[in-house]
Amino acid sequence: MPNRLTVCELSRLLSRRELSSREATQACLDAIRQRDPVVRAFLHVDEAGALAQADAADAARRRGRSAETHPLLGIPVAIKDVIAVRNQPLTCGSRILARYIAPYDATVTEALRRAGAIFLGRLNLDEFAMGSSTENSAFGPTRNPWDTTRIPGGSSGGSAAAVAADECSAALGSDTGGSVRLPAAFCGVVGLKPTYGRVSRFGLVAYASSLDQIGLLTKTVRDAALLLETVAGHDPLDSTSVAQPVPPYAAGLDQSVAGLRVGLPREYFVEGGLDAEVRHSIDRAIAQLESLGVEPVEVSLPHTRYALGTFCLIAPAEASANLARFDGVRYGLRVEGADPIEMYARTRGAGFGPEVKRRIILGTHALSSGYYDAYYLRAQKVRTLIRQDFLDTFKQVDAILTPTAPTPPFKLGEKLADPLQMYLSDVFTISCNLAGICGLSLPCGFTTSPKLPIGMQLLGPPFGEEILLRLGYAFEQSTDWHRHRPPL
Amino acid sequence: MEYEAVIGLETHVQLKTQSKMWCGCANAFGAPPNTNVCPVCLGLPGVLPVANDEALRLTVLGGLLLNCRIPSFAKFDRKNYFYPDVSKNYQITQYDRPSTTEGHLDFEFEGAIRRVRITRAHLEEDVGKSFHFERTSGIDFNRAGVPLLEIVSEPDLASADMAYAYLNALKDVLVYGGVSDCDMEKGMVRCDVNVSVRPRGAADLGAKIEIKNMNSFSGVRRALAYEIPRQIAVLERGGMLVQSTRRWDDAAGITEEMRTKEDAHDYRYFPDPDLMAFEPTESWLDEVRGRVVELPLARKQRFMRDYQLPAADAQTFVDDVALGAYFEGVAGQTRNPKAIANWVINNLRAHLAESQTTLADLRFRPAHLIELVELIDSGRISSRIAQDVFAEFFATGESPAAIVQRKGLSQVSDAGALEALCDEAIAANPGPVADYRAGKSAALNFIKGQVMRLSKGKANPAMAGEILERKLGGNRSGTRA
Repeated sequence: MPNRLTVCELSRLLSRRELSSREATQACLDAIRQRDPVVRAFLHVDEAGALAQADAADAARRRGRSAETHPLLGIPVAIKDVIAVRNQPLTCGSRILARYIAPYDATVTEALRRAGAIFLGRLNLDEFAMGSSTENSAFGPTRNPWDTTRIPGGSSGGSAAAVAADECSAALGSDTGGSVRLPAAFCGVVGLKPTYGRVSRFGLVAYASSLDQIGLLTKTVRDAALLLETVAGHDPLDSTSVAQPVPPYAAGLDQSVAGLRVGLPREYFVEGGLDAEVRHSIDRAIAQLESLGVEPVEVSLPHTRYALGTFCLIAPAEASANLARFDGVRYGLRVEGADPIEMYARTRGAGFGPEVKRRIILGTHALSSGYYDAYYLRAQKVRTLIRQDFLDTFKQVDAILTPTAPTPPFKLGEKLADPLQMYLSDVFTISCNLAGICGLSLPCGFTTSPKLPIGMQLLGPPFGEEILLRLGYAFEQSTDWHRHRPPL
Repeated sequence: MEYEAVIGLETHVQLKTQSKMWCGCANAFGAPPNTNVCPVCLGLPGVLPVANDEALRLTVLGGLLLNCRIPSFAKFDRKNYFYPDVSKNYQITQYDRPSTTEGHLDFEFEGAIRRVRITRAHLEEDVGKSFHFERTSGIDFNRAGVPLLEIVSEPDLASADMAYAYLNALKDVLVYGGVSDCDMEKGMVRCDVNVSVRPRGAADLGAKIEIKNMNSFSGVRRALAYEIPRQIAVLERGGMLVQSTRRWDDAAGITEEMRTKEDAHDYRYFPDPDLMAFEPTESWLDEVRGRVVELPLARKQRFMRDYQLPAADAQTFVDDVALGAYFEGVAGQTRNPKAIANWVINNLRAHLAESQTTLADLRFRPAHLIELVELIDSGRISSRIAQDVFAEFFATGESPAAIVQRKGLSQVSDAGALEALCDEAIAANPGPVADYRAGKSAALNFIKGQVMRLSKGKANPAMAGEILERKLGGNRSGTRA
C-alpha cells in the first residue's frame, strides 16, 4: 500500500524502480475514493491530472531524471485550497470563490513542481483559513480520521486528515495562529510552521499577512525536513521573505541532541489549563527527551496571557483589508445590486460565512479612526513584547517545548456556538506567529478511550528550524507514535 | 469687507518608470483596456506587491528637487475604501511616514520670486479608470498600480493665477528632473485643491473646501476663479461655509458639492504588512543625489547672469533644455555669447523646424557658429551675408570661412572700393541725392541701399554710410540717417 509510505520511503522505492509513480498516485486516489466520502479532506481531486503527472514523472525517470535533481520526483502530494495551483480551483473554502480557478502558481507550488511532485488535488480548510476545526468551510467539515465524529483541527484540517488517512504522502497547509500545528496534533501527524519569511507567501491567499506562513504536514519529521528544503528560500516576489541560506535540513537530522536545552514555559503548564491525558503525554515526552540527553529548563514567557487578545486584534485587522478584494467586481461570486455599494453588500453577505464576517467586522472596528491607537497600535506594541519574551528565552535554551493544544480533538459542533472557546484551542500556538518564530508539532501519545492523538510542540528561534527538526527526529526515532494508523 | 483666499494643492504626477509600482507590467499610456495587467495589479487572490526601486528613487529625487528633507525611515500604508476601480479595495500609499517632507518651491509670479512650502511628496499607487456606458460600466486596470508622486503644498497660495503659476513651475521642475513627463493629455497630472476664504488679515482659516480630481492646470485656475468669489459671496450674504468636498464641472464652469465632512471616509490607514519599511542607505541616497539637476529658475537666473542674456532668451533655453544645453556648449568657447544666443534662437531653431531635424542631426560643428560670429564681429561679412552663410553651412556642414572664401562674400571694407561704389550710386540717383541735400535724411538710406545692391550685399554698411554722408555734404545735426 504505497499510499501509507512516507515521502522518503516512497522516494527510495521509486528510485529503485520497485514502484512507479503511477502506482503510488493510483494508491492515493484509491484511498481518497475509499475514505474521503467519510473524511472529506479533499474539496477537489484532479484524478486525470494527477495520473498524467505521474506518467510524466515515470517517463522522465526512465529518461534518467532522478531524485538527486528532483527530490520529490513522482511523489503524490496535496495542497490546502488557499495556495494557488495554476488551472486548479482556489476556493479558500468560501462560497465567494466557489468557482474561482487560479491563473498562476504560488511560489511554493512552483517549487514542488520543479522538484517533481504530483498534485492530487485541493484540501479542505476553514473559510480563508479562519478557524480551528475546519467546520467553517463553506463546503462542509472535514472529519478526524481517528474518530469521524470529531473535528480534525483547523484551519488546515483537510491537509492533516489527508496525510493521517494516507490519502497523500504529504500536504501543504498554512499557519496564521496554529493552523498547521493544531490539526497536525489532532490528526497524529507532523506539522511544521517555518519562521516568518522562511517560505514565500506569494500565491497564499492572505488572511493576516504579518502572521501567515505556509507550513508542511507530513508523516515523519524527515519528510518535513525534505519538504522544507524544497519550499524554503528567498522569493523576489515576496518582500517579506528573507534571503537567508537554506541549510540541508534532512542531512542534519542525525546529529546528537545530547546537551541541548529545552525550555518549559511555566505559563503553558498552569493547573487546570491542560487536559490530564495531554499533560501526562507531555510529561512522558519530556522524560523521553531527557533520556536522550536533552536538558529541560523551566523558563518564563511573561506576556503569554496577552497573546490571544493581541492576535484577535491584529489578525482580523489585516484580514479586513486582505479580504476587501472579494467584491464581485473582477472575479468570484457576484450578486447584482442597484449600485456598487449594494452589489458589494449582497455579494459579501452571500459569499462569506459567519466567522469570516465576524473577523472582518472586528478588524474594521480595530482600525477605525478613534480606535486605532487603543486597539491595533496597542496590539502591535504588545506583540513586540511577546516576541522579546521569546528572543530573551532563546538566549537560555535551544528550543521550547509545550503541548500543541490544551485538549484532544473535540466533537463536531461542540464549540461552534462559542467562538471564544474555539479561539482558545489556539492558545499554545498563536504566540509563535506573533513572535515570527518557527514551530513543530509531532505526535507524542494518545488518549486511551477513544484513542485520539496528542501532539507536542517545539518552538525554535527565528530560522531555528534545524534544531526543531533535529530534536523532533531524535524523539520520533525513540518512539513509535508516528507509526500508529487511524482505524479507517 | 475685503476677503482673501488661502489655497493649498495636492498634485499627483505619474512617475517616469518603465514598469508599474508593484509588478512588472508596463507603465504605458494608450494600450487597449486591460492589456497592461497581471495578477498583482488586478488584485487576484494570493498576490503580493514588490516595490519598484526606480519609483523609490524618483520619489526621493522629486523630493530633493523640491528641497525636501529625506527621512531615514519611510513606510507604506493601506488606505482602505471600496471603489470598483481600486482592485484590492485598498490603495497602497505613504500615510504618516512619507519618503520626503518639508520642502519648498520658488517660482516667478507677477515679477517677483515667490515661495510655496511643500508639506511632503510621497509615493502612492494609481487606481484603475472607470468607464460608463449606456447600461453598464467598465474598468480599465492598465493604470492600476502605476506609481504616483503626490506633492502636498502648504496653504501658501493666494489666487487662481498664483496657483496656476505654481503648478507650471512644479511641472517644469519635475519634467526637468526626469521625475515625470507631466503630460496632461495622457492624464499624468491630477490635482486636488483646498481653498478657503477669510477676511483679509484674519488669523484663523475659513472652512476648507476641497475640489477633487482636476486634470488640467487651466481647469484648476478656472475652478478657483469660480470658487473663490462663490465662497466670498456666501459669506457676504451672511451665510456659512462648511468643510466639504466639491466637484469641478469643466463644461458648465462651476463647482458642485459632493459630500460634507459628516460623511467623510474613514480610510482606516495601517502599515501594509506585505511591504518592508523603506530605510535608504547613504550610498543609495548618494546615487539619487547624483541625479539632481539644476532647476529651471536657477538655470534662467544663471543664463542671464553668466551670458548676459535678456530674460526672454534665458527662458527660451530653460523651456527647451536641449537647445539650452547646445547653447551652453557653444557659448563657453566664445567672447560673444549673446550673439551666439541670437543665432541659436533665431536661426538655428527656425532651420531645425523647417528641415524637421533635431540637434542630433546637425551637420556643422559648434566651432562653425563661433566662426560665423567672429566673421561678423570682425567686419569680414555683413549680417545680411551671414544669414546666407548660416543657411549654407546648416545644409552642408562646410565651414563659414570656406564658404565666404569660395563665394567671395567678404565684406567690402576697402575705402577705395567703397568710394567708387558710392560715387556710382550718387551718380545714378540724382533725385534721392537732391532730396537728401534738401534735408530729407531718410533718402540717405535709399542711396546706401543702392551701394549695397551694387556690391551684391558685400559693402560694409556702416562705412558706406559714412562715405555717403561725407560726399553729400556731411553730417547735418538732427537729421542723421
